[in-house]
Amino acid sequence: MRRLNQRQRALLLLLLAAAVLLAITLAGALLTGRAMETDFSRLNLAPDLPYLFGTDWMGRDMFARTLTGLSLSIRIGALTACVSAVIALVLGVAAALNRKLDAVFSWCIDLFLGIPHILLVMLISLAFGRGFLGVVAGVSLSHWPSLARLLRGEVLQLRQAPYLRLARKLGVPRRDLIRRHLLPHLLPQFLTGLILQFPHAILHEASVTFLGFGLSSEQPAIGVILSESMRYLTTGRWWLALFPGLALVGVVLLFAALGEQARRLLDPSSIHQ
Amino acid sequence: MSLEAKSLTFRYRRRGQSPVLEGVNLTLEPGERVGLSAPSGRGKTTLCKLLAGYERPVQGTVLLDGRPLEQYKGACPVQMIWQHPETVLDPLLPLGVSLNEAGAVEERLLEELHIQPGWLTRYPQELSGGELQRFCIARALGPATRYLLCDEITAMLDLITQTQIWDFLLREAQRRNLGLLIVSHSAPLLERVCTRIQSLSPIP
Amino acid sequence: MEPILQVEHLSISFSQYHRGTRKRTLPVIHDLSFSICPGQVTAVVGSSGSGKSLLAHGILGILPYNSALEGTILYQGTPLTQRRAEQLRGREIVLVPQGVTYLDPLMEVGPQIRKGRRDPRSKARSRAVLERYGLGPEVEKRYPFELSGGMARRVLIASAVVEQPKLILADEPTPGLDARAASRILGHFRELAEDGAGVLLITHDLELALTIAHRVLVLYAGETIEEASAADFSAGRLRHPYTRALWAALPQNGFTPIPGTQPYPGEISDGCQFAPRCPRCRPECRGPGPVPYVPRAGGWVRCRFPEGGEAL
Repeated sequence: MRRLNQRQRALLLLLLAAAVLLAITLAGALLTGRAMETDFSRLNLAPDLPYLFGTDWMGRDMFARTLTGLSLSIRIGALTACVSAVIALVLGVAAALNRKLDAVFSWCIDLFLGIPHILLVMLISLAFGRGFLGVVAGVSLSHWPSLARLLRGEVLQLRQAPYLRLARKLGVPRRDLIRRHLLPHLLPQFLTGLILQFPHAILHEASVTFLGFGLSSEQPAIGVILSESMRYLTTGRWWLALFPGLALVGVVLLFAALGEQARRLLDPSSIHQ
Repeated sequence: MSLEAKSLTFRYRRRGQSPVLEGVNLTLEPGERVGLSAPSGRGKTTLCKLLAGYERPVQGTVLLDGRPLEQYKGACPVQMIWQHPETVLDPLLPLGVSLNEAGAVEERLLEELHIQPGWLTRYPQELSGGELQRFCIARALGPATRYLLCDEITAMLDLITQTQIWDFLLREAQRRNLGLLIVSHSAPLLERVCTRIQSLSPIP
Repeated sequence: MEPILQVEHLSISFSQYHRGTRKRTLPVIHDLSFSICPGQVTAVVGSSGSGKSLLAHGILGILPYNSALEGTILYQGTPLTQRRAEQLRGREIVLVPQGVTYLDPLMEVGPQIRKGRRDPRSKARSRAVLERYGLGPEVEKRYPFELSGGMARRVLIASAVVEQPKLILADEPTPGLDARAASRILGHFRELAEDGAGVLLITHDLELALTIAHRVLVLYAGETIEEASAADFSAGRLRHPYTRALWAALPQNGFTPIPGTQPYPGEISDGCQFAPRCPRCRPECRGPGPVPYVPRAGGWVRCRFPEGGEAL
């Protein structure tokens, strides 16, 4: 086989990670029915065929439950990461272009970064009445500040770029300046930030749900599975928490790898490596 | 009808030091080519930036036809061509996009500046300084332009590119009756291309 | 005299990605040969973007990660390997870079020239070398941003020559300086050569190069097309039509343009690179095969039908 160059390898890894994540998401969505199915003839089975991850105290298939939970987590993660990245982009760019807005937004950013993350997610989630909406609002409204600050700094620097100042002198309308000169330069930061926000969002969703401030307990979310399984850990049913927990870590690592490969492809300082 | 600088003073805000420019007066008429020579560090580039409206003077005004320059909206009639063309071209845009970003540039200009059609789809880092400078000049010659400020525009270029560019600029300036301010360290060059040479010193 | 530096058939190329993931190799410098003797100033003249700076970086072994070097570089008769270059650079071989950006912005000039040493001998030496370039003791206490363009250049020279190098590579030492400051800076290089060092002056400015250089090498499209002595220019003994065109393009010599532009890396054609713009081009010039680089009348030329002579 022909040897791949660095860039092709990075692209391949990126596509592979994306494919695995997509497969998990789809599989989970298709298995939702099986995950809810109770069967009292197969209570508390240890991992074996055909139940790879075992079954729980209501005879539900843990493999299906784990996949469904991951799928839900990924979907929530995707939604919240996108919402918060877009908030970050809009606020960051607006702040950099307007001095008064900048004062307000910078203050907001400092405020949000000053409060512990998990506390903020819990408070917002509670305010929105928990459940799906609560989690999405909580996670997406608390994850924008660091990316917003990064983008704001970037825009402030770009504003001083001679090519932008010259375009302004040539009479290029403001709208075109932003679209043509600002946004393309922000794209690498934005995309990398967006992808790296996924694991964050997923972990936070799982933790608020685990703590009982997130998704309701009838949904097969990873957080719900973990918090229920905690009660059975002492009775020797280790598989109930171990496999879902490992799977969650695996998904987070996959997203981190995805972000890292994306950064390698987009980062100008290593673009020819 | 002219571009006038009236007792311009400029200093950078941060350093509480002496001004870069103090009480500078300059008049540029249409069709005139004024050479500006001064030792390095005397604010020639700063003067160009003031005249083109990139910076605001601390004192004094820049008048175009008797009206303050900042009152002109849209494309500025005074365009500056920078010494380093690679800094004024967006690295992420193909040159054709940068070239036409403020309206399509006449085909004739591209031909006379020897801009090859194949360059339009390339990115700035793929071409040399001399080639990029041609794009910057073509772009600066929009229909609204009446004065061109040339800040060491060929200092980094090889001699043949330098002659090509000046050959073109002199013809174009004549054709459109443009006023040119030409900054250069090279005395022979200024003698070749200018109608009058002014040294940068305040008039007492 | 034994040359201090011999460069033979040097080629430098870049590997780049384009259109996503395809990798391609761009030859920037191609088949470059020259030598420098102690006491001589050799100028390499080429247009911006012709890869002149890479030549200096190649000799010092500090090329960027995506470039490759072929050919041989001999320093005092022995090959200059990456390891040897690392040992010699900063001591026997020094680079005078283009601008202040090469100075540490957070370090005063004095310590920067002494490279952090504090013993009295180093102090005396840095004092003496600054003195030599007309920089008073107060300059030692300044930070790079407080220097004017001319002073910064002199500081760069001072910091390069404090170790008394044998080979000095000067990369565009004059842009942004007025004529007086520029000729003063160049005068310093000439002095260094007179003291016995070899100087390689890399510049796009033929006029300034001619004021101090003994030998001039002209680059076109990444190739050396002519090596001439400085006197050949004013005496009209130039061999290559491009060099003639350069000379005729000087503002004081006619200011005559020739049409067209240099091909850039990756667009190299067969035969003579200058053929499309050459007033004396003949069918044979367009190939097949590259044009050889041959000695001629005390210099070198890469032209099948050089000026003032029959076909080669």
